[in-house]
Amino acid sequence: MGQTITEKIFAAHLRDTPTPGNMVLDIDVIMCHEITTPIAIMDLMEKGLDQVCDPTRIKAVIDHVTPPKDSKTATQAKIMRDWAKRHSIKDFFDIGRNGVCHALFPEKGFIRPGNTVIMGDSHTCTHGAFGAFAAGVGTTDLEVGIFKGVCAFRAPKSLKIEVTGTLPKGVVAKDIILNIIKKLTVNGGTDLVIEFCGPVIDAMNMSSRMTLCNMAVEAGATSGVCRPDLVTAQYLWPFIKDEYQSPEQAAEAFSRWHSDEDAHYERVLTLDVSTLAPQVTYGFKPDNVKDVGEMEGTKIDQVYIGSCTNGRIEDIREAAAVLRGKVIANDVRGILTPATPAIFSQAMEEGLLKIFMDSGFCVLNPTCGACLGMSSGVLAEGEACASTTNRNFNGRMGKGGMVHLMSPASAAAAAITGAITDPRRFLD
Amino acid sequence: MKQFGGPAAFINRNDINTDEIIPAKYLTEITKKALQPHLLEDLHLEGGQFDPHSTELREARVLVTRSNFGCGSSREHAVWALEVNDINVVIGESFARIFRQNMFNCGILAVELSKADLDQLFALKDKVTVAVDLEGEKLTATSNDATVECAFTLNPFDKKLIGAGGWLAYADANY
Ligand code: SF4
Repeated sequence: MGQTITEKIFAAHLRDTPTPGNMVLDIDVIMCHEITTPIAIMDLMEKGLDQVCDPTRIKAVIDHVTPPKDSKTATQAKIMRDWAKRHSIKDFFDIGRNGVCHALFPEKGFIRPGNTVIMGDSHTCTHGAFGAFAAGVGTTDLEVGIFKGVCAFRAPKSLKIEVTGTLPKGVVAKDIILNIIKKLTVNGGTDLVIEFCGPVIDAMNMSSRMTLCNMAVEAGATSGVCRPDLVTAQYLWPFIKDEYQSPEQAAEAFSRWHSDEDAHYERVLTLDVSTLAPQVTYGFKPDNVKDVGEMEGTKIDQVYIGSCTNGRIEDIREAAAVLRGKVIANDVRGILTPATPAIFSQAMEEGLLKIFMDSGFCVLNPTCGACLGMSSGVLAEGEACASTTNRNFNGRMGKGGMVHLMSPASAAAAAITGAITDPRRFLD
Repeated sequence: MKQFGGPAAFINRNDINTDEIIPAKYLTEITKKALQPHLLEDLHLEGGQFDPHSTELREARVLVTRSNFGCGSSREHAVWALEVNDINVVIGESFARIFRQNMFNCGILAVELSKADLDQLFALKDKVTVAVDLEGEKLTATSNDATVECAFTLNPFDKKLIGAGGWLAYADANY
């Protein structure tokens, strides 16, 4: 019997099998942010265990509330900063250099095919886009990761989704993943790794693959994963050019992480995207998804473009293509948060920020901000936001607020009209 | 070994997420104790009123709910919010993976029962008390007028974590 990519990664990192079916893995990359890490640090300190397994395996960032909004968030940032210094963690990113973790760490070249990655953050699954096993964990798992460099998982089971057909104009990765979550429901992926494959995925850039994997957890999945290939090698090229002769040769080496033809899957689904329409959520669960046409005209008060799902340069370009030369509706507040400083600066160079600002958008520094309702765009009771983020839970962006998840193009179209709108209307 | 069980509180809904168990605005706290007054603060139940400050919830040591409990954000604050309110067992049809692991990592119990068994628990009327037999992997729920017994299975590794008092203690001793 062949193995899936995830089974191969588990086998290559196996430290212990404490009981049959449970595996303790060596972790290559342990990511930390200022919301879930400070309590882990404080707990280790209290127990007299303030150590790190290996400072080079730890990547840390202050991203959720930056700059701090009050003294409590300033304290969280300070605990991280002092800890990074104390343990000589070189890959630590503070204001001016910081950005949303799942956009920043890939951009820095920290993830390689075949890696194991954990973070105290459910959207860690994003990094599966590189052909890695990347899982969100709680603070105790993170704490053990920092301290011992290991994490325990049940033996992996996989669900394969084959995406076929030709993606229509104006329909993007976000629409595909929302449609997949609708089909799987919010717990259809529980205890499974979703393997995204097929010609549509093979043709996607890394940004789109990250958008797909990012939302795997919204179907309850442990992670999402894509096959590492030439696209992966080209993205990583600046970081691996001393290890391989060419991106082609790197891609060839990465193929050791491809699932075998005869690997076992718990379930296999096929999705033909040729007739897929832009997708939008209603209600308070990410599987509450409809075609944009069914939601057309639903009034919104705010538009938020950013986050680890859709705050990358490709997303900003996609929204700018809709906004170019237009102004947003009078009673709509538009907020753009490029996910990292490099994305911000690239968007500036390409003149995209000007398009947003001329249209009436406010452009904020890289941060998670409104995505989790902690700062920078929290909703008032009864307000609705068209958002490129990944969660529409009740109260997620502020108590009593409603979040409609959608693609950057759909969010930009909503900004122009003040209501949910098919973005294809603005794309020629 | 730690004892599990006690008075139960019931929440009849699927897919309760960790934002509902503890809203993000409390994630700036750096002590577990500070979460104590905010457990389930923003929970909405369709058609029904939910009171996060009810006597039932305040006195509960056991929470009985439905499927996919603890979905969404990985925040272990959700487990701590239960822990600092002295809830040491959550019973449901299923749990989100990260939440379930966080429970066992903290040395407390997430018990999965079939829908039929849960229906029986929900049918018990007033003042339900749950006793957990960890070794025998069964629980007994008693109310004024009835008793329900259910068997469950724990993942053997999760059982080890309970015995060790959590993952940090286990990992420190073994790796
Ligand atoms: S952008 Fe939102 S979903 Fe992504 S890491 Fe930040 S808070 Fe979490």
